[in-house]
Amino acid sequence: METIHTLQEFMLHTKNIIYILMVLALLGMPAFWRFLNGRDED
Amino acid sequence: MSISRRKFLGWMGAAGVVGATSETARAASNKQFKGYADSNAVLHDMTRCIGCRRCEAACNTVNELPAPERPFDDLKVLEKQRRTTAQAYTIVNQHFPDGSGRPPVFVKKQCNHCLEPACASACFVKAFTKTPEGAVIYNADVCVGCRYCMVACPFDVPAYEYHKALDPKIMKCTMCHPRILEGKLPGCVEACPTEALVYGKRDELIRVARDRIHTFPERYLDHIYGEHEMGGTSWLYLTGVPFASLGLREDLGNKAAGEFTSGALGAVPIVIGLWPVLLTGIYAINKRKEKIAAEEQAAAVASAVAQTRDEAEGRLKAAMEKAKQDEDAAVAREVKKALEEAAKARQDTGQTGSGDEGQA
Amino acid sequence: MTQEPTPTTSRYLTPFNVVAGIVVVVGLIITVLRFTGGLSTVTHLSDDNPWGIWIGFDLLVGVALAAGGYVTSAAVYIFGMKRFHAAVRPAILTGFLGYALVVLALHYDVGRPWRLPYPFLVSQGTTSLLFEVAACVALYLTVLFIEFSPAAMEWLGLKRARGLVVRLTLLLTIFGVMLSTLHQSSLGALFLIAPAKLHPLWYSSYIPIYFFITSIIAGLSMVIFESGLSHKFFKDKMDEEHLAGKNVVMLGFGKAAAWVLAGYFFIKVIGIAADNQWHYLATGYGAWYLVELLGFVALPAFMYAVGVREKNTTIIRWTAAWTVLGIVVNRFNICLVAFNWYLPSDQRYFPHWMEIGISVFIVTIGVLAFRFIVTRMPILYAHPDYEAH
Ligand code: SF4
Ligand code: SF4
Ligand code: SF4
Repeated sequence: METIHTLQEFMLHTKNIIYILMVLALLGMPAFWRFLNGRDED
Repeated sequence: MSISRRKFLGWMGAAGVVGATSETARAASNKQFKGYADSNAVLHDMTRCIGCRRCEAACNTVNELPAPERPFDDLKVLEKQRRTTAQAYTIVNQHFPDGSGRPPVFVKKQCNHCLEPACASACFVKAFTKTPEGAVIYNADVCVGCRYCMVACPFDVPAYEYHKALDPKIMKCTMCHPRILEGKLPGCVEACPTEALVYGKRDELIRVARDRIHTFPERYLDHIYGEHEMGGTSWLYLTGVPFASLGLREDLGNKAAGEFTSGALGAVPIVIGLWPVLLTGIYAINKRKEKIAAEEQAAAVASAVAQTRDEAEGRLKAAMEKAKQDEDAAVAREVKKALEEAAKARQDTGQTGSGDEGQA
Repeated sequence: MTQEPTPTTSRYLTPFNVVAGIVVVVGLIITVLRFTGGLSTVTHLSDDNPWGIWIGFDLLVGVALAAGGYVTSAAVYIFGMKRFHAAVRPAILTGFLGYALVVLALHYDVGRPWRLPYPFLVSQGTTSLLFEVAACVALYLTVLFIEFSPAAMEWLGLKRARGLVVRLTLLLTIFGVMLSTLHQSSLGALFLIAPAKLHPLWYSSYIPIYFFITSIIAGLSMVIFESGLSHKFFKDKMDEEHLAGKNVVMLGFGKAAAWVLAGYFFIKVIGIAADNQWHYLATGYGAWYLVELLGFVALPAFMYAVGVREKNTTIIRWTAAWTVLGIVVNRFNICLVAFNWYLPSDQRYFPHWMEIGISVFIVTIGVLAFRFIVTRMPILYAHPDYEAH
């Protein structure tokens, strides 16, 4: 945190992480959905 | 109709989530950022500026920009209001805030090197960087040329090489960042004959400016333009007449550019996270409704079938009974007939010989 | 498709084809000028007005009007309104072509079009709303392409591949709605960073929501508008379901549009109240704002309602056209009219005829591509060999 001086840097840092998390969510959600419904008949 | 209403409610819910999050997400900026300590700035004291345009000339030389149409010592140029262009990173404008009879006020314009640059916030390839030294610099190697930075800059600074077909660049003042790194002054500051431009640490320059305001209250307005505007800038302005009358907008507010967008940006991951949930939920509800409808229909069909079967069975039973009755009747009839026939036969035999009757 | 009778030259020399041909030739000439002389030879863009109609019309209007794809597929596959099924494929096709053309138009506008993948591959400017728009548009174009592909596969007879894609319908639909929500709203959010440049009546922190809601209105209206046009020009390509479904779609979508317009009207007024901008309504810009709000929001909401009550598809069709025009007015207002409103008139932007030329050129390409596809692929009719999905 000590390297962040400006709001711009802060936003860049946090948004970078958030975009990665969003990609993971986009992959993870369908996978979890399949797991969740894996035992459902039909 | 219920369906379009349901759809509408769904969308409204959707919009509500976006709206709600854009409020809360701003909390992300509750953090305070002080900017780079020891970063540099330039103080432009308009009360000292004589409109000589030497800063423009120096800028042109230092940045190897094309020669202007009219030479820099031609002060007639000042008669028209100008803005920064791809050929001129800085320009001096002349204003007559007290009417044309009174002496003019000159304003030098260039990139203000914001502490929280709107251009940097807007650029989708991070072409702009706020350096620890103070300059906001631009990297043409990644620039796509979308010109969103020009839309974003509240001071109308970045210019574009519209005449270039294949390699246009954004053009703007660099605060002479390469020279700063070499320990030299920015070109314009070095050229200024009247110290209308002073380069130094931003904190210090703010103190200098305060000092001047304090010492000559009749000469200056009690406002350092750029101290807080749009989150603060590294170019600071002092003058004795309202800034708005000099083309320096006073309606920009003090919020940093990023604060305007953080709400909308904050809503993005919320949509990513919740939309699948919401939409599959709606889908599941509809699927379920369809299933129930199908089941109800199936049940209805089944009961109809059962009913017809019952009816059919009933009818069959009745028919059977009837048949049985008929059969019984037939049997009875037959028996009766047989008996009658037998009786008749007896009578006949009785008539011929009555010995049989005794046998029976 | 073997029904073509002996082609004669006169069959191709229809007035439409002649006009389209001229537009394409002019468009190609301007294209050469753009990529040899730069933007200054073909546009009136300036340092004060960095965005002109290629952004205001081709991008902002284009994306809004291509919203029919996600609106219709969401209605049918998520909200379970099966009776609109016939409208899905035409809407997806228009959406796909719309986005493809938006991306094509951007190649004219940006300085170095081959760098358009840079935000993802080279340098990620994640603080920018434009980054988000770019990411979503790129992904959504892909989604639309996949959603459209079954029609092409049926045409080409690729049964197996088609089966695979059809199984993904729900996933693609959800993904499409999500991406559309994001970039439709973010196109409005692009202007959040410039509060000082956009007129206060149009600037609002609600602007992303306004853009999203208007995209639904635009999508619904475009489906109606287009189904009217298709009926006129491609009737011979339509099967029973499409012919019969027309009125169902018009009445259903008209009703939805009326209702969404009513909600939009309300939140627009709230926007004025939230920022206390009432006094601006008494100015010239205020009058123009009221024209937009009353003439292009309230009026179509009412006219749609009348059309739906009277079951009058003519009223609905005209209202749809008017609403689409209203979307154009709204996007132009935000990007061009209310932007830089404080600048003196000689510094304001007015498009060069060649900018309009490129926009017309791109729309023409879209119409030609639409015609090419619907006359060949099962868009307006169900392919006899395949079950609906
Ligand atoms: S003045 Fe404009 S170009 Fe300069 S740093 Fe600030 S936002 Fe960027
Ligand atoms: S024009 Fe270049 S520097 Fe400006 S926002 Fe676009 S990519 Fe960034
Ligand atoms: S060189 Fe100094 S005095 Fe001359 S115009 Fe520039 S800022 Fe003003």
